[in-house]
Amino acid sequence: MTHKSAYTASELLAVLSARQLKDGQVVFAGVGIPLLAATLAQRLHGPGLTILFEGGVIGAFIEPGKLPPSTNDQRCTIRANMVLGSAEVLLLLQRGYVDVGFMGGAQIDQYGNLNSSFIGDPANPKIRLPGTGGGNDISSLTHMIVALKHEKRRFVENVDFVTSPGWLKGGQTRHDSGLLAGGMYRVVTDLAVFGFDETTRRLTPLALNPGVTREQVQENTGFKLEFSAATGVTEPPTTHELSVLRGLDPDRLYIG
Amino acid sequence: MTLVQPYAKLRKDLAQRDRSLREKVVSLEEVASFVRDGDSVGIGGSTMSRTPMGLIWTLIRAKRKQLLCSRCIVSSDGDLLYGSGTSDHIVTSWFSQGILWGVSKVMRHYVETGKARYDEWSHMAMGMRFRAGAMGVPFIPIRSMLGSAVVNQRPEAKEMICPFTGEKLLLVPALNPDVALIHVQRCDAYGNAQISGLQFMDIDLAMAANKVILTTERLVSNDQIRRTPDQTKIPFFAVDAVIELPFGSAPHECYGVYEPMMRHMEYYVDLVNNDPVAGMHEYLDRFVYGPKSWTAFLDLIGIDEVLEAARAGTTIYDA
Repeated sequence: MTHKSAYTASELLAVLSARQLKDGQVVFAGVGIPLLAATLAQRLHGPGLTILFEGGVIGAFIEPGKLPPSTNDQRCTIRANMVLGSAEVLLLLQRGYVDVGFMGGAQIDQYGNLNSSFIGDPANPKIRLPGTGGGNDISSLTHMIVALKHEKRRFVENVDFVTSPGWLKGGQTRHDSGLLAGGMYRVVTDLAVFGFDETTRRLTPLALNPGVTREQVQENTGFKLEFSAATGVTEPPTTHELSVLRGLDPDRLYIG
Repeated sequence: MTLVQPYAKLRKDLAQRDRSLREKVVSLEEVASFVRDGDSVGIGGSTMSRTPMGLIWTLIRAKRKQLLCSRCIVSSDGDLLYGSGTSDHIVTSWFSQGILWGVSKVMRHYVETGKARYDEWSHMAMGMRFRAGAMGVPFIPIRSMLGSAVVNQRPEAKEMICPFTGEKLLLVPALNPDVALIHVQRCDAYGNAQISGLQFMDIDLAMAANKVILTTERLVSNDQIRRTPDQTKIPFFAVDAVIELPFGSAPHECYGVYEPMMRHMEYYVDLVNNDPVAGMHEYLDRFVYGPKSWTAFLDLIGIDEVLEAARAGTTIYDA
């Protein structure tokens, strides 16, 4: 774990998430790490990556050091191809123009369902969280990448409340509920990168982050994970990836 | 209150409005007479952008009560409406001060103790509710929210099987607020409003509402509007009152004119998240009830910060 001090957990999340995005894709990004990672992917390997923001932006190119405080601020529109209404940009998801949705999350479960609404019983919540925003629309209508910190309280067997649907109860349940497109694709954490089993739709480790053990991942997860011989190890962030990332967020607004 | 208004009522209410080409400039203080206690109030802008802060500030000062507020995404405007007792019911897709500051302790305090209600819809559902209202139809079918717990909380939304394809759809009800509050960059005395940049859901909101109150950074001549009619986003006949109010979204931003006044926001967030009741009282006393006028409020934010925000806004607009 000698290299662990070379980058923060948020930096690792941003770099590994950026690697999941391909040049030419249309990605709908939430604020924070998703916005930063999508911008990083543009700079590193995806000049043709089109970033959409729910405030009403198509094709944003965020300026280094001028990260917007939300996806509804004027900073999101810099060098964009188009500025449009919020409903219009969200409807692009429904029509099918978006390849990947990309967001963070407060709590995730074994089927990739996300909770950003209530901790505890919704009728008498311990904590009322801010809510879905566009999260429910994005996760209902396209393939999703989620980036979040790996903690036991965040990785639970079943979320208290399904704000943004993953594979719901697994198997065909998402399709049966009327969600005919999209679904959880990747979960990127500071410990590992996950996919979802094609049949059961349960969260499956694909690769461990550098220096992380299977036991460590399992210990920080509130349900049983199935590792396999195919579970690999991710290449650590390169000096180049980190320097471009730090150049984008010199005030360390999102990278901690 | 009826969730979806019968079409005959919607048409009758609109027919009764004076839609003639007339001047409708009023003072900020006069605005309160356009909003009654218990009204359903749609709020323009999104998060910290083009929030009609001056109008909300005025309604709080006028001690309006029990407003049912709706907005696509709610920021500190929602805190102030709850904390002042102006609204006890907010309909939106996301409610906190901003992602940088975690979860609003004011929202948490009011919702978790049952003092106020927060009805959550997806962002697109909010858009389609205003759109249905603007279209004069009772609902619009959407393909999100299905299968989630969000929809379980919203018996107002109805699942249906599409008569053409047999697919499941969710019908979201039209939202036709009694009053819409919107802040724009330019507007003439008749209410022809030009919005630069991000328009959010403001055009649908204006067309859905039964009354529209606009604040504008600059009151411009009708000649100027007629030189660039393609930039007019809200037509005069939908508008009932116009107020010229420079920095009318402060401390939030107005596209191309100023960025958010972040030091004031940080001061505010620290104060109210430290104590959502006493901190809010302190803020309201000092910044809402205290100042003699909107200009005096801006003075309290401070000329340095206001100008800094304006310079940042202009830089991006001209970039």
